[in-house]
Amino acid sequence: MLAIIRQTVSNGASRNRPAFYASRSYSAAVKEMTVREALNSALDEEMSADPKVFLIGEEVGEYQGAYKISKGLLEKYGLERVRDTPITEAGFAGIGVGAAYYGLRPVVEFMTFNFSMQAIDHIINSAAKSNYMSAGQLSVPIVFRGPNGAAAGVGAQHSQCYASWYGSCPGLKVLVPYSSEDARGLLKAAIRDPDPVVFLENELLYGESFPVSEEALDSEFCLPIGKAKIEREGKDVTIIAFSKMVGYALKAADMLAKEAISVEVINLRSIRPLDRATINASVRKTNRLVTVEEGFPQNGVGAEICASVVEESFGFLDAPVERIAAADVPMPYAANLERMAVPQVEDMVRAAKRTCYRSV
Amino acid sequence: MALSRLNCFSSRSANLLKTLSSAISLRRPISTDTTPIIVETSVPFTSHQCEAPSRSVETNPKELLTFFRDMALMRRMEIAADSLYKAKLIRGFCHLYDGQEAVAVGMEAAITKKDCIITAYRDHCTFVARGGTLLEVFAELMGRQAGCSRGKGGSMHFYKKDSNFYGGHGIVGAQVPLGCGLAFAQKYSKDENVSFALYGDGAANQGQLFEALNISALWDLPAILVCENNHYGMGTAEWRAAKSPAYYKRGDYVPGLKVDGMDALAVKQACKFAKEHALKNGPIILEMDTYRYHGHSMSDPGSTYRTRDEISGVRQERDPIERIRKLILSHDLATEKDLKDIEKEVRKEVDDAIAQAKLFVDT
Repeated sequence: MLAIIRQTVSNGASRNRPAFYASRSYSAAVKEMTVREALNSALDEEMSADPKVFLIGEEVGEYQGAYKISKGLLEKYGLERVRDTPITEAGFAGIGVGAAYYGLRPVVEFMTFNFSMQAIDHIINSAAKSNYMSAGQLSVPIVFRGPNGAAAGVGAQHSQCYASWYGSCPGLKVLVPYSSEDARGLLKAAIRDPDPVVFLENELLYGESFPVSEEALDSEFCLPIGKAKIEREGKDVTIIAFSKMVGYALKAADMLAKEAISVEVINLRSIRPLDRATINASVRKTNRLVTVEEGFPQNGVGAEICASVVEESFGFLDAPVERIAAADVPMPYAANLERMAVPQVEDMVRAAKRTCYRSV
Repeated sequence: MALSRLNCFSSRSANLLKTLSSAISLRRPISTDTTPIIVETSVPFTSHQCEAPSRSVETNPKELLTFFRDMALMRRMEIAADSLYKAKLIRGFCHLYDGQEAVAVGMEAAITKKDCIITAYRDHCTFVARGGTLLEVFAELMGRQAGCSRGKGGSMHFYKKDSNFYGGHGIVGAQVPLGCGLAFAQKYSKDENVSFALYGDGAANQGQLFEALNISALWDLPAILVCENNHYGMGTAEWRAAKSPAYYKRGDYVPGLKVDGMDALAVKQACKFAKEHALKNGPIILEMDTYRYHGHSMSDPGSTYRTRDEISGVRQERDPIERIRKLILSHDLATEKDLKDIEKEVRKEVDDAIAQAKLFVDT
């Protein structure tokens, strides 16, 4: 019920809102929350609920967070639990993993995931693989979080998307929230999870506002890890996206609706585990697929989705799978080049039309 | 107890009385005798930014006997692993610790199982020192379910969480920040215990070590970094890898101690000192001057970058087991035969464990 209202407000599609639901109100207006507020509240609640949870990273304390995600937490929880680190990712990520071995629940912030490459050995070899290598003796309840993917004008070394890199590693869970509810529910689930989680946020989404249900505001609210969300139901073509690209896909769906193409938009929410069931069920319904990601095309998330669909639903495809990704080039700086290097709504519209054999 | 008083007498009457007393069983068995004995370490400690502990170490017959037995067991275990590897029952990497036993055994004598230890891939003996069984070792090495990691880890990935032994790591240097993380967690939990992060002279140059040390010093973590300096990082001698091979000084603002790593009592004294220091003042570095008889791993003969004379020289002059044997004999704590019997027992234990491990099917 609440889901219907959520969908109506979030994508502005012309759905009939049943009068019965419209009259029911917990508050006069549906509560809105930015992704930043959502993450901050999730961290706050989890730190309040479990004294073992602590936050480390660059500028998370006194600076209130490089992107203000950890605003107010130092003041509330003190120096023991909100720790500013030197600019030494390998060192502090390793220290975080060691603390997790002992039984604490660290949240390690990377200022962006580009810097996680300096610590990637600890994420993969020290965190992800340890539960298996120790035959279950060690569990590593750590969360590595931070902004991932392109921002605006930050250039090649600060714009890479790491979803497919981390997504290929057994032992890791990789989450990619889009909306504020995603951010809250998935971060809370990640912190409570006994295994290492890579939590890929998006800087450009931090300031975006989304409606949140009463349920999502509850301090026990968690979303299941490994379940995708059907943001918009459709019957002609499936567009699968994650993170910021979900918003673009929804816009593309609006534009395509005007041309009588009904698009089903899937918000992955989780790269690993990948919700193959939801993906394949959707493709079996619509028979056409467009995958969208911000990362580089080769060996990307779209490639994995395509392989999964070919393996499980080949007979249901009426057209080749279309894969939209960043241009196969380091991110340029100039605004016009940057625009051409990342997927745009028009790319998704054209791809969807191609799967429908419509002239573009 | 009666025996130590008899030591004042002439050796002839002492021997006579010893024979008599053992016949009448007046002598307390050395396996439970905790009469203190003071022993001097082989060399004094060298210190950096701190005051070195005394080189007079308190021990007792029970401890010395335990040292002897434990090190003999470890030595036999590693040599047996060598044979199993050559018989192709152990696959992949196998890094042996024979020669370095005093570090594992001396450290254990100074601490409790509530203190944490983490090391790199040369971990078989550290695992045993923390309470791991021979069966778990050989079964793991041979990929059987009875192994400590149920056959999923292999030689480099032994763990014993209930004794706070956190592995067993294959990436050189990674275990140091992890160990500092354990220390962080101990301090966070107000545990009053310390963490030992062991690494080699090869890992001593790793950047992440200095990153972790910096944070540990800033946050006053009870972290003890122990450099097991066996003088060779695989095939590279320390002088070719480190501009400054004085690893105990490399912490700069962090105090350090250089220790004869072939002397189990020196190791014990240093670890005791380090634990007290770390709980009050934060991180400290211990450099254990030690030596490995085998090559880096079973794929390395170990003689292309060092001479056989060097290896046999160390074995002759500095072997940790021989040192304890001489101590036991010179203090009349046991006879040569007693010690040979222990070595036979230990050999049988190892053989039995291997036979038992072989009964398990592959994972």
